Amino acid sequence: MTLMGWLQIGLMVAAVALVVKPLGIYMARVFTGERTFLTPVLSPVETLFYGISGVDRKREQGWLGYTFAMLAFAIAGFVTLYLILRFQDLLPLNPQGFAGVAPDLAFNTAVSFVTNTNWQSYAGESTMSNFSQMAGLAVHNFVSGATGIALAMALTRAFMRSGAETVGNFWVDLTRATLYILLPIAILITIAFMALGLPQTLDGSVTVTTLEGAQQTLAIGPIASQEAIKQLGTNGGGFLNANAAHPFENPNIISNFINIFAMLAVGASLVYSFGEMVKNRRQGWAILSVMGILLLTGICFIYWAETYGNPILSSLGLDPSMGNMEGKEVRFGQAATALYAGVTTGVSDGGVNGMHGSFTGLGGLVPMFLIQLGEILPGGVGSGLYGMLVFAVLAVFVAGLMVGRTPELLGKKIEAREMKYAMLAVLVLPLSILGFTALSAVLPFAVSSIGTGGPHGLSEILYAFTSATGNNGSAFGGLSANTPWFNTTLGIAMLLGRFAYVVPVMAIAGSLVTKTKVPASTGTFPTDRPLFVGLLIGIILILGGLQFFPALALGPIVEHFLMLAGQTF
Amino acid sequence: MATKAKTLSILDPALLGPALIGAFRKLDPRQLVRNPVIFVTEIVAVVVTIMFVRDLLSVPSEAAFSGQIAAWLWFTVLFATFAEAVAEGRGKAQADSLRRTKSQLVAKRLKSGEGMAYDTVPATDLRIGNVVLVEAGDMIPGDGEVVEGVASVNESAITGESAPVIRESGGDRSAVTGGTTVLSDWIKVRISTMPGETFVDRMIALIEGAKRQKTPNEIALSILLSGLTLVFLIAVATLSGLAAYSGTIVGITVLAALFITLIPTTIGGLLSAIGIAGMDRLIRFNVIATSGRAVEAAGDVDTLLLDKTGTITFGNRMATEFLPVPGVSEKDLAEAAQLASLADETPEGRSIVALAKADFDLAERDVIALGGKPIAFSAETRISGVDLGPRSLRKGAVDAILRFAGLAAANAPQAFNAAVEAVARTGGTPLGVADGNRLLGVVHLKDVVKPGIKDRFAELRAMGIKTVMVTGDNPITAAAIASEAGVDTFLAEATPEQKLDYIRTEQKGGRLIAMAGDGTNDAPALAQADVGVAMQTGTQAAREAGNMVDLDSSPTKLIQIVEIGKQILMTRGSLTTFSIANDVAKYFAIIPALFVVTYPQLNALNIMGLTSPRSAILSAIIFNALVIVALIPLALRGVSYKPVGAAALLRRNLLVYGLGGLIVPFIGIKLVDIVVTALHLV
Repeated sequence: MTLMGWLQIGLMVAAVALVVKPLGIYMARVFTGERTFLTPVLSPVETLFYGISGVDRKREQGWLGYTFAMLAFAIAGFVTLYLILRFQDLLPLNPQGFAGVAPDLAFNTAVSFVTNTNWQSYAGESTMSNFSQMAGLAVHNFVSGATGIALAMALTRAFMRSGAETVGNFWVDLTRATLYILLPIAILITIAFMALGLPQTLDGSVTVTTLEGAQQTLAIGPIASQEAIKQLGTNGGGFLNANAAHPFENPNIISNFINIFAMLAVGASLVYSFGEMVKNRRQGWAILSVMGILLLTGICFIYWAETYGNPILSSLGLDPSMGNMEGKEVRFGQAATALYAGVTTGVSDGGVNGMHGSFTGLGGLVPMFLIQLGEILPGGVGSGLYGMLVFAVLAVFVAGLMVGRTPELLGKKIEAREMKYAMLAVLVLPLSILGFTALSAVLPFAVSSIGTGGPHGLSEILYAFTSATGNNGSAFGGLSANTPWFNTTLGIAMLLGRFAYVVPVMAIAGSLVTKTKVPASTGTFPTDRPLFVGLLIGIILILGGLQFFPALALGPIVEHFLMLAGQTF
Repeated sequence: MATKAKTLSILDPALLGPALIGAFRKLDPRQLVRNPVIFVTEIVAVVVTIMFVRDLLSVPSEAAFSGQIAAWLWFTVLFATFAEAVAEGRGKAQADSLRRTKSQLVAKRLKSGEGMAYDTVPATDLRIGNVVLVEAGDMIPGDGEVVEGVASVNESAITGESAPVIRESGGDRSAVTGGTTVLSDWIKVRISTMPGETFVDRMIALIEGAKRQKTPNEIALSILLSGLTLVFLIAVATLSGLAAYSGTIVGITVLAALFITLIPTTIGGLLSAIGIAGMDRLIRFNVIATSGRAVEAAGDVDTLLLDKTGTITFGNRMATEFLPVPGVSEKDLAEAAQLASLADETPEGRSIVALAKADFDLAERDVIALGGKPIAFSAETRISGVDLGPRSLRKGAVDAILRFAGLAAANAPQAFNAAVEAVARTGGTPLGVADGNRLLGVVHLKDVVKPGIKDRFAELRAMGIKTVMVTGDNPITAAAIASEAGVDTFLAEATPEQKLDYIRTEQKGGRLIAMAGDGTNDAPALAQADVGVAMQTGTQAAREAGNMVDLDSSPTKLIQIVEIGKQILMTRGSLTTFSIANDVAKYFAIIPALFVVTYPQLNALNIMGLTSPRSAILSAIIFNALVIVALIPLALRGVSYKPVGAAALLRRNLLVYGLGGLIVPFIGIKLVDIVVTALHLV
């Protein structure tokens, strides 16, 4: 671990800390319908959209109406994307002449992009036409992120309002999230990426003569614009198979920095918006602290584990001073890779600049565990906020009782209904992750997809279902997931992780919004103080740890001990 | 009845015997299904028992292990049912004696509204509207209202208080309770409740917990616990698949053991005991709540409405100060006032005599023996006094004294007028003292705030509860007393409508209101309040409207009720936290034990250094069962509540039950393992 490494990590913390307040306030204004500096430009566009689609922006929806609108939008998006992928050979902008995508892969990919997961069972440069990338996948990179933001805002309104019925209008929130937030920032980042040398073209490939004089075909395309929204919307689906490890997606340490920053910016700032909107900025900071502390701990742990290296490699005569460099890019090094891996799993992005499967046992455990905590650090855009609020509800319920009052979060009483829905949401993760992993670990046709034997093989399956359920999209390479079994089950896991989770969350919003806000007193358990930060961290770690410890013990933990004993996989 | 049962301690042998029988009776799955966590434990215990029988028949060498696991699973269930039975025990004893009283009741039902002719019928035949005659020595057969007569009634069967009370028709003293005894005279009572719904019936049902319904918070907590149970079911069930991949076959017995140690059996087993014990504690404070819901709401109360008279102040104005005019010493004034008050038998008059004695050691004298001629106090003259030789001493209302002295207010000495004004400004009542036409000074009478009440209100403020004083006084008097008593705000010149409006406004703001009251005009407000405590001495209307009845009729009891409500919630929260935190250690015991054969390296996780995989599993399950027993006293007693504010409370409880819950099982399981190893149990 080097000073330079720590500086890179510290610089990122500083950059994010600086942006959360202005961006947070801006987004709060967007979703409370106040004027922003972009209103004069975007308001006519917005009005035009509502006019075309017949949306009455003044008419708000109850939680059920909001949820149904969101589900209807997702279904329509899924069907359209599925059809685009299946018939891309008949559609324009297909310079390489790729064939239509197979049904199970098209299902998997469509689900993957609709759920903001971007799990890729395919290699982009050899499967997807430019039309599929731009009109199919990139559209969902925007709107799946915007959907997450909209849902988070609906839950936020449940805490803002007292004795109300409605939580907002899904169509308005979706439009505003796309138009006012994701689109303008994505344009800025695209320009920055182009300046850094990322290709932005409709050509399919270039052929170059290598130094040895051989001919090589390099895949190119509208990479800069795809990359921008891939990170900003915490999607993570790369244009190219090697994702952000590829020099065309992520050429240098500055583009790497922008990549990571873009993943964190909106998700973290939304927490500030939450504090702003519920009129308790300290609450926003408290939740951000929870996210920051856990995420930084995870990053440092990866950094330490990877720098510590692999004693087996050292014993073979490799220089141990570099740490475990297997699967990492030399241009990024340990710190930037650890930072990327921690952030991409903490935020449900799933883009990678190094191969998580090549990390040491413990180094690989952390990204997996960060996803298993529920993608809340700070999580996918929007989804991280509502996921974290579910944990806050649980923490307040358990600990709030200890002060001798019916637990309250921001003046809203947490009662049986909220607990019921919170527990339903909590159940989704272990059910999908552990259930599918256990099934795949015993079914012969699933086990045959594993690239490596031993506990690492189990880690590959566990990571795949963790990633899919958490809507992350990264993978432990080695698992050949493009099989009907994995395409289908991972698709179901993604659907469960997104929709089976969000429906109970919206039910919580529906229940909370009707409740009267109880004014705080000295008898109220304060949820914006360091004590609560510590408590929430404890609840998240214990709940996450208790669910997944047995599985992790049989995968990465035993792998770590075996590595120390000189056995590798 | 109550007094005897009250003295029984939690773990009295007289209660333990029946509780043990009760514990076994509660194993009935139809009863146990109300408690999901323990019900699941029972199912698992049955499954492991079957495994034990199978082992016994096929692999007898394995049977010792599975037999012990099965036994400890059954112990876990039994300890939980035992906790509930113990909690119910005390109430049962009380209920039995109440029921005995009830079964003896007979009624003298009057044939018509007029006259004294009656039929003797069992109390169970009474209907609403029947009028019964109750004579000296009779027990009142049912709840009702006195319609004629006046009698002294011994209510000790209900309140435990042996001093008789007066019950008479009309006014606020007309309600009588079935099961109490008329000591003298006779009354006619119109029955107002059906048999089976009387106060005693409700009390029995409540004490026995037979009709005990889960409170809202208990339901929410049960959902959390059931959810956690499901999460661990998933974690354990999938473990067999993951283990199979790694080449380990994990037996059902071991998985069952892991499952039971992980699910929150500690809080699951003690949950209902906590609620029952809380109600029981309330009953020992002589408060009867009609539902657990009300007790729980008490913990949430934000605003407390208290009547001024009798609650905050003694209710009588008392002399507190002598304010002489220049030229008269304070002692002279005190002496004159004392002499003038000897013929005044009102509490005010007596308080002047008492103050003179306290301040200047002036003993009471017999004015007649001194040759004086006492002038008794009358409401008409508002003056009392004595003519003693040349002195004609008088004390009384200021205008009356001025008239006596033959002075207009304007001509009175400046100092006198100033003193009168000063007293009035603080909300007190000034009394003038005169000797003939010479004004001596002023006596300050005021409504005296009960000692210690200010501290109680400070405590309430620390709890985050706002206190509101309700009084019929004018705003100036009210403000003075409010500031002296340290209440947060007051409602002066309050009418029943104003009280009701105030409660409604507060409730609209999301606050929970508690109030105490006794009169019929309190009834609407009592019904509207979230926690309405009616006084046992109050009217039937008030008792029906409130959701609690205070048998001691002490309005400050509200503070204890709030504390008990909070204690119940705190105990649940603390044990839940403890239960969840316990799981960390159990993983470190069992996970290495399960897989150490396949992966010997995993023994690195065996940080407790447990002897063998089997001893580790057995130790975890034994610890898991024993911790329930160890925590029964805490569950019954409740976590102690201190009014220090939520943040400080949380810090303390989190440290004790959160951190404690993490650490204790590491030590506990290790200790059990040492014993298990020493006894060669596996």
